[in-house]
Amino acid sequence: MRRCRRLRRGWLRNERATRGCADAPPALPQLCQLADGRARCEVADELYWKDEGRGGVKDTVDSYVTADGRTIGPVVMEMKNITLRFGGVEAIKDISFDIREGEIRAIIGPNGAGKSSMLNVISGFYVPQEGEVWYKGSRRPAMKPFQVAQQGIARTFQNIALFEGMSVLDNVMTGRLTHMKTGLFAQSLWKGKAEAEEVENREVAEKIIDFLEIQAIRKTPVARLPYGLKKRVELARALAAEPSILLLDEPMAGMNVEEKEDMSRFILDVNDEFGTTIALIEHDMGVVMDLSDRVVVMDYGKKIGDGTPEEVRNNQDVIDAYLGVAHD
Amino acid sequence: MFYREAGDFSTTYAEDQQTFPIKFDRYRYYVVLFIAIVVVPFFINDYWANSLLLPFLIYAIAALGLNILVGYCGQVSLGTGGFMAVGAYSCYKFMTGVDIWWGGELLFRLPEFNIFFSVIMGGLMTALVGVLFGLPSLRIKGFYLAVATLAAQFFLVWLFNRVSWFYNYSASGQINAPERDLFGVLITGPSTEPWATYLFCLFFTIVCAVIARNMTRGSAGRKWMAIRDMDIAAEIIGVNPLRAKLTAFMVSSFFVGISGALFFAVYLGAVEVGEAFGIQKSFLVLFMIIIGGLGSIFGSFAGAAFLVLLPVALKVVGVDWFGWPTDIVAHLNLVIVGGLIIVFLIAEPHGIAQLWRVAKEKLRLWPFPH
Amino acid sequence: MNEQLAFTIEVFANGLMAGVLYALVALGFVLIYKASGIFNYAQGVMALFAAMTLVGIQNGQVPFAHLINAIFGTDVHKFGWSVHSFAAILLTVIVMIALAWAVQRFVFRHLVGQEPIILFMATIGLAYFLEGVADLMWGSELKALNVCASEGNCLPQGMNVWLEGTTYEALGYGFFIDNLDIVASIVAAILVIGLVMFAQYTKQGRAMRAVADDHQAALSVGVSLNFIWVLVWSLAGFVALVAGIMWGAKSGVQFSLSLIALKALPVLMLGGFTSIPGAIVGGLIIGVGEKLFEFLIGAPYLGGATENWFAYMLALLFLVFRPQGLFGEKIIERV
Repeated sequence: MRRCRRLRRGWLRNERATRGCADAPPALPQLCQLADGRARCEVADELYWKDEGRGGVKDTVDSYVTADGRTIGPVVMEMKNITLRFGGVEAIKDISFDIREGEIRAIIGPNGAGKSSMLNVISGFYVPQEGEVWYKGSRRPAMKPFQVAQQGIARTFQNIALFEGMSVLDNVMTGRLTHMKTGLFAQSLWKGKAEAEEVENREVAEKIIDFLEIQAIRKTPVARLPYGLKKRVELARALAAEPSILLLDEPMAGMNVEEKEDMSRFILDVNDEFGTTIALIEHDMGVVMDLSDRVVVMDYGKKIGDGTPEEVRNNQDVIDAYLGVAHD
Repeated sequence: MFYREAGDFSTTYAEDQQTFPIKFDRYRYYVVLFIAIVVVPFFINDYWANSLLLPFLIYAIAALGLNILVGYCGQVSLGTGGFMAVGAYSCYKFMTGVDIWWGGELLFRLPEFNIFFSVIMGGLMTALVGVLFGLPSLRIKGFYLAVATLAAQFFLVWLFNRVSWFYNYSASGQINAPERDLFGVLITGPSTEPWATYLFCLFFTIVCAVIARNMTRGSAGRKWMAIRDMDIAAEIIGVNPLRAKLTAFMVSSFFVGISGALFFAVYLGAVEVGEAFGIQKSFLVLFMIIIGGLGSIFGSFAGAAFLVLLPVALKVVGVDWFGWPTDIVAHLNLVIVGGLIIVFLIAEPHGIAQLWRVAKEKLRLWPFPH
Repeated sequence: MNEQLAFTIEVFANGLMAGVLYALVALGFVLIYKASGIFNYAQGVMALFAAMTLVGIQNGQVPFAHLINAIFGTDVHKFGWSVHSFAAILLTVIVMIALAWAVQRFVFRHLVGQEPIILFMATIGLAYFLEGVADLMWGSELKALNVCASEGNCLPQGMNVWLEGTTYEALGYGFFIDNLDIVASIVAAILVIGLVMFAQYTKQGRAMRAVADDHQAALSVGVSLNFIWVLVWSLAGFVALVAGIMWGAKSGVQFSLSLIALKALPVLMLGGFTSIPGAIVGGLIIGVGEKLFEFLIGAPYLGGATENWFAYMLALLFLVFRPQGLFGEKIIERV
């Protein structure tokens, strides 16, 4: 019999000790693990995840207010029937979903499901063979990744992609590059336009550095930082661009519990304070279910579920994908 | 103790981002400038100018240029010699008046440029050629690119060898710098004063160094470094890779072209392209930045000084003191340079610049251990 | 038969022969690159070094004679004996193995895990170092390399005459190909087949390929990296020796010999750094291409000597359209 683990600690604002998990229904064990506590595990049937924080979404709604008081706006990005192939391999098969303004949208799925490829499609690194990306109400033409970035889409990477030869400050400042426009000639003179622009952008960068609490390592070369801090610096670099959509590729991979908590807090704060739309990939279900407003579930390149965390949790396909079903 | 930064506070971001944020450094920099501009010209003689100072200043410019491309932007180039040749030949053509032919007839001839502007034109033309040969860098990476730049090296040298228009149809196939002056002071030709040529080169060196510093500390430099450290990530955060690489090629070639022009017009006076701007020159400048320090302005100077001094020092010791034959000393020079490259790559991949930084750290604490 | 066409074919054949030699040098590069990820710029200087050592041993020169004379004021030059070619080649092989060991021990062991471009620059340094050492050891003057103890007893002399005669009778035009080129291509072909067999079917060969694939994984199954690398450098040294003999016999042993290494670079770019067949095909393409270009376009229209740059330009243009080389797989970039 599969056993469900006790939650160690709640992820977010309050401590949520799980009780009674051991008695959880054997059919849905991992759901127990995902449960955010209270006495939910005591209820044996489905639908015991009453949505607490974030309300369910109906596609027809233009905007709505969540239970915790945030306003989720209209659709800002929509993927329509995306298909991506590498040679003969179909990494993404005819997937459609949308991202609303101000929401936290998660993409989950087992390894190799095509999540990272999806993110790469959004950030323009892969060009899908079929399908369209709609951004802010119009169809996005074929674009190079740097043009996508200039449109206000920033991201972090699964394997940290910081510029190792530069200091933390310089790395964060690279996030500002899309906002810096002085020409080469003005820069070679420095005094005047280039310096003014530099200072102006430095102020923004410093704000982000403050926000993410990395002031002390500002001038440290990135190569010297431990893993968790590198992840944070990467987030800082993405934030410095003041993106309208922030893509996070496994922001908590390889972190310990405390680092995960910190990162979760940062993600929520970014969303709260700047109103940034966030799309994230994450393997830690507890985090995903707690953080996100809506979840897309992928498996073998196909979309098998889409909806609020509790809708997804009860989706039979999703359960099969995660637990495996007997193929006969 | 000797080197302190305590009590130095930056209160604005502008102050924090200046070239020498530490007072001590700033003063030392002013002292060096003062000596170089005001003191040295009074004591300079032909030997010092021709065997040390001029080559040092000129190679420093080339090293600065190559360092921008290799050290900051991460695009290895083995075409430096060829680009220097472009600078030299453009400078020569503009000095002597560019003649444009069409269908066997002389269409028109530009007036002869002043030596100062000829050198600048040398830089500009090289920048153009550099951009042209930089175009493949979008598709070709790493040492594939290094080899591709060899195409520039060999093609350009061949071009200046074969197309007689470039050397004004002279029988020898050489180019000779005619006498030219600036404000009545001779800069090129056989009867120049050492202080004049020295100051002329010094001016270009200082300006180039300041430009290089300004570009590398601002957004252009960050784009280059982002491309160097991880080109894919750089593109995804919004750096246009082609543009970043091409600007690096452009600025780098501009510097290299200026150094080539000075090398020909002011330093050598007469040049045969295969000899002066062959593949060996490319390697020499590359070695300068490896030994000096990749991605460091100071390193470019240090490397240039080192590799200019080394053969001179060896010659003094080997030939003048010990009386060895010159060819043995030349071979020893090869062995030492090659050995040093390896030693530096193993022990200190960041070159003399890093040694200097470490020394500063030590000095700051001295005489206390912590 | 059309004279021009016949000439062209002859140029083509000569290009093939030159291409074989390029391929031979390129092979040395590929060997080292495959097993250690090092792009060995010094390969050409190794060929020079090998050829000079061979000549020096043959003639019984005292190593470092000039230096010794300069320092101690002595006047030694030769031991006064000459060594048989075969023994000299054996001795040179031993020297090359020692060199391989030294390079591995004193240079690349300290650079494990560095970026490829750093390793590449280290090999440029190595090239300078070796060139200086070779000059110091044996003197830098042009030397004639004669593998045969007495002229003409080991190269089959009649071959080119026979070829010229037969083709003249058959086609009405006698093709002339240098004896040495014919021998060189046969030797190169044998060497290539031997190396492929070695890599494919022996235990060391398999270990070599394993190392090439993944250092860590190879280590974990008990392959000695050090041994493999010394082995590979020795093999490359051997290939360099063969190339040095061929090239040296053709145009004398001098500094320009090391420049053939530079010619091997575009060959590698065409063929890909990791592919042995790529090196061969690339070598042939470059050899034929530059001879034909010089013959058909370069000499008549561009003032000649286009061989200096044609190979690089060809490789450059080719790479712009196909960055992975002739035989490489399409590169899928990942983040």
